[in-house]
Amino acid sequence: MTEHYATEKSEKSHFGLILHLHPRKVRESTFRFTLTFGLGGMAAILLVIQVITGLLLKFHYEPSPESAYNSILNMQESLLFGKMLRNIHHWSAIAFVWIAFLHMLRVAFTGAYRPPRDVTWITGLALLLLLVLSNFTGYLLPWDQLSYWAVTVATSLLSYIPLAGEPIRRVLLGGAEVGQPTLTNFFNLHTGVIPLLIIALMAWHFWRIRHAGGVIVAEKDKESPMVDTRPHLINREFIVAMALLGVIFFISSLLDAPLRDRANPAFSPNPAKAQWYFMGLQELLIHFHPLFAVFILPVTVLAAAVWMPYMKSTDRNQGIWFLSPVGIRSAKMAAATGIIMTIIFISVSELLPDPEALLPKAPSLLTTGLVPFILAAGTMWLFLKYLRKLYSLKRFEMIQSIVVLMVVSYTVLTVTGILFRGEGMNLVWPWNM
Amino acid sequence: MSGRIEHTGSEHQRVRRNFLKRLWQILGIIALAEFLWFILSLLKPSKENHKSRPADTLRVIGSVEEFPAGSVTPDRVNRLYIVREEDGGFLALSLTCPHLGCSVLWNEECRQFDCPCHSSAFDRRGIVLSSPAPRPLDYLPVIIEEGKLKVDLGSITRRKRFESNQLTYAL
Repeated sequence: MTEHYATEKSEKSHFGLILHLHPRKVRESTFRFTLTFGLGGMAAILLVIQVITGLLLKFHYEPSPESAYNSILNMQESLLFGKMLRNIHHWSAIAFVWIAFLHMLRVAFTGAYRPPRDVTWITGLALLLLLVLSNFTGYLLPWDQLSYWAVTVATSLLSYIPLAGEPIRRVLLGGAEVGQPTLTNFFNLHTGVIPLLIIALMAWHFWRIRHAGGVIVAEKDKESPMVDTRPHLINREFIVAMALLGVIFFISSLLDAPLRDRANPAFSPNPAKAQWYFMGLQELLIHFHPLFAVFILPVTVLAAAVWMPYMKSTDRNQGIWFLSPVGIRSAKMAAATGIIMTIIFISVSELLPDPEALLPKAPSLLTTGLVPFILAAGTMWLFLKYLRKLYSLKRFEMIQSIVVLMVVSYTVLTVTGILFRGEGMNLVWPWNM
Repeated sequence: MSGRIEHTGSEHQRVRRNFLKRLWQILGIIALAEFLWFILSLLKPSKENHKSRPADTLRVIGSVEEFPAGSVTPDRVNRLYIVREEDGGFLALSLTCPHLGCSVLWNEECRQFDCPCHSSAFDRRGIVLSSPAPRPLDYLPVIIEEGKLKVDLGSITRRKRFESNQLTYAL
């Protein structure tokens, strides 16, 4: 008896930290892979990968415009596994944004953002923003044509924010244009400030999950038995971690992280594209006045996302994908409408003559800002009104339909920007690019 | 423990305790404000603390004869274009697109500037031909001294439209 106790105690100390992050027992129903797809856990593992590979890369990277590009070339060519190291950091960074975003969608579509999970939701949103910021600051570091112009374009977006935009841009760039001060700022943000903030926020995020009693449980699963975290949960997490590592290593050994020519401030490549996760925004910029595309729209979406958990409703559906059978149908309808409407919107705006050329006297804020904005928002509002009537939706099913519509539309914009925009940002077929 | 202490004590003590608590809060806010001010001043671009004098930013681009009438000549090093009107007037245009900061390219075939990022187009004088660019290309004052063309890189100027006083003529 005492012997058994002793081994258990020593084993426990080995798993001390892992067990510290978990509750002792978890509900068996939450193990169903299709409930969470293990996305939150994958994000945590990716953070570990990024910290380790990032710290190793830091031994060889030189943050100055003169030597940054060469230090990367050098590392790739002469360092053992140097290229592999950069590839893993690159592909994990992309996977990180993807998985964190999908994790957010999972939480939204299982209704897991309502109190007591409201703070978890908001810290999660902040983490997603920090993640994009981390990706964005890291993008400049190779100092090649791709990174220089993507950062030039993306930071120019800031100057369209009224009043605060230009000062923020100046502080971020450390001057009027991308140069040595910019690289110093971005390097410090990418390798110091942002990772620390992410780790601190992640701890808060985890603690709030435990505070809320773990992963969301559907009404029908409330009677599901509680089982020991170790081995049941730990083993599952280990399998997901190994599978994820395997996929990342596999991709990194096949595909190299892009590295173009050294940055040349006099020549923008044609077409000059922002980072892939900003391509939807860049596509939006072709159709909308910058004030709408980079300020009014994003701020509205973010404010709505923060406010989402606090909407009043008697609706108690949660822990099931898309909340209810009606929720599934309305989500499908919203997705189909989002795809079709966005494609129509892009085509019409391409075929119509430039409103500025047509009405040279009218202010562009009106012709390319307010008018298309009201048209797009009006169409959306009419559709949602129709949808609500068609399925007699409850409030949270309604919010869900809006989220689906937004996400699908942004995805179509992103795909258009990446695959269908060729030279001069004109629409072309991907095979003609 | 502390909770019990707060409930005992006279009215006078309670008022004093509240006053001290408020004082701490105010001091905390002041300390935070000072700290933020310190961080902001640390982040302020050091370049802007000592404004460069015009002498440092005045560049000789070339002699007047190098630019035939009706020509558009790029200067990649100083990131500008020298445009010469048919009547001999000079105009220096920044090659930075006012939309999102890409470098515009002169298209000799269509006689216009194209932006490779978002397909804005500008005519020879930098006026917007097609959006999304929100304003014409910025221009720089041209100075002609002893047959030499000089441009002040420190005074890139925004404008709403083309006006004849943006042109400089050789005497």
